[in-house]
Amino acid sequence: MALTPDEVVRLAGLARIELTAEETAMLAPQLDVILDAVATVSEVATDDVPPTSHALPLVNAFRADRVRPSMPAAEALAMAPRAEQSRFRVPRILDEGAQ
Amino acid sequence: MSSWTTDDLMDYDEVMERFDPVLGLEVHVELSTASKMFCGCSTDSDADPNTHVCPVCLGLPGSLPAINGHAVESAIRIGLALNCQIAPWCRMARKNYFYPDMTKDYQISQYDEPICHDGHLDLEVDGQSYRVEIERAHMEEDAGKSLHVGGSDGRIQGAAFSLMDYNRAGVPLIEIVTKPVRGLGAKAPAVARAYMAQLRDIMIALGVSHARMEKGNLRCDANVSLMPKGSDELGTRTETKNVNSLRSVEGALSYEIRRQGAVLASGGRVRQETRMWQESGEYTIAGREKSDAEDYRYFPEPDLVPIECSASRVEELRATLPELPAAKRARLAAEWSFDETEMAAVLNAGALDLLDATVTAGAAPEAARKWWLSELSRRANEAGCELSEVGMTPVQVAELQALVDDGSLTDKLARQVIDGVIAGEGDPQQVVASRGLAVVSDDGALGAAVDEAIAANPGVAEKIRGGRVQAAGALIGQVMKAMHGQADAKRVRQIILEKLS
Repeated sequence: MALTPDEVVRLAGLARIELTAEETAMLAPQLDVILDAVATVSEVATDDVPPTSHALPLVNAFRADRVRPSMPAAEALAMAPRAEQSRFRVPRILDEGAQ
Repeated sequence: MSSWTTDDLMDYDEVMERFDPVLGLEVHVELSTASKMFCGCSTDSDADPNTHVCPVCLGLPGSLPAINGHAVESAIRIGLALNCQIAPWCRMARKNYFYPDMTKDYQISQYDEPICHDGHLDLEVDGQSYRVEIERAHMEEDAGKSLHVGGSDGRIQGAAFSLMDYNRAGVPLIEIVTKPVRGLGAKAPAVARAYMAQLRDIMIALGVSHARMEKGNLRCDANVSLMPKGSDELGTRTETKNVNSLRSVEGALSYEIRRQGAVLASGGRVRQETRMWQESGEYTIAGREKSDAEDYRYFPEPDLVPIECSASRVEELRATLPELPAAKRARLAAEWSFDETEMAAVLNAGALDLLDATVTAGAAPEAARKWWLSELSRRANEAGCELSEVGMTPVQVAELQALVDDGSLTDKLARQVIDGVIAGEGDPQQVVASRGLAVVSDDGALGAAVDEAIAANPGVAEKIRGGRVQAAGALIGQVMKAMHGQADAKRVRQIILEKLS
């Protein structure tokens, strides 16, 4: 199941990574190797092997519903490339694929 | 991308002749937990921007989420109230997307393992029953709020940039998704509205959300498509967002049904897209094309371990459910012997709980209904406030009615007592005392006033003596005037007739 360059371009688009044609050509076969490896694992996975998403044998690690101090707004906003009116200023959104 | 042209709309009745609308409703309920879904920041929505943020809800590298156990309980209780199955085991999932309202570049949600699934909600609209099947109710986190600057009306279209406040980012949400709802015909928008109203009432009864639509605690994304009559193939649907009041649920769906009708009738194709409802102008505008689920590249959230809920835990939580609104309505209508019209009036006025409390405080249901739906509704209307904020409590209404019942007050005097209570002069008894409003039941005082009236109107008195008792009305009026309205007209009439028999 070889990945086509188009599929790589599409994945890159979803991940917002800009790739040159050379990079796409280089990455497609590498991604193929990864997909093949996953496919091999799928072969041994049978119905009596429950899918594992977590290495820890834990469930219900809940936190009590208690408010804890937040960080000062100034500290949060200090990380913003630009801030205005105590808010993070971001470039115009509409050209981006919206939520 | 956005269309600014006015849409062609088909006449609603004509659409109904040719098509059957199919609905799908996605409702987001903001939980009223004290802290956020995955961190200890407050959920207070009135705080200054970016004052309730931390490394977790800002998505700073190295931070780790931890699930709010109370939010999970609320999710399960909501599911049970909606007749859902509760998953014995489920996981959170990452939904990947790039948008400035989520700093992590993913939302923690649930994908193929919702905590609640396969439920239903029964509704009644215009005397007819409808069942809305619920596909799922899952847990997720809210996104931040954006302020679009430089466009018209603060819209995203044409904005030069946006300003983000992340106080809301990470607030727990429950997303409730219906299965496609068919067979509603022309009632589709009204059923959607009733569904939202009932969800709101359920959330309030459960105490899991403030459920104020105007505050965004309850938000509806309304999907609709049209199926040509006689066909059973679903049409292409659109999703209308920004539907934030009961009225706009109905308005947005009616509009979208008419717009799609016109598109299909002219041989066009409905584009699968997200549209935004514009409350001000009552129309929808096209937004983005809808993404496919695979574009979100969901995967199990590695930072959160699974959630397990045993059958016994489910039953424990089921036992905490209060009487739900629909059951309560049915019970009270029967207890009060109200017919459908009377009950509808009570519900429309938002007076059910007020009446219930008034009756519990001792008033007869009829009397409670009379005060809340006439006098107090009128005053709430004049003041532009909710009935519950009119300035008189159910206990005070019951006390007022008790004074009417024991003959201390006439209805007319009672209205003056209401003036006093609303003006903050105290409980009805206090207002009666301070304003001197009690009915004069002292027969001596009434008798004297009657004597005066007879003396002043010998002609009328003569007629009554002659057997024309209906002439008593003129004398009653005079006595009532002399008593400043503080007399029981029936008693006055009795005294007049006794004296002139």
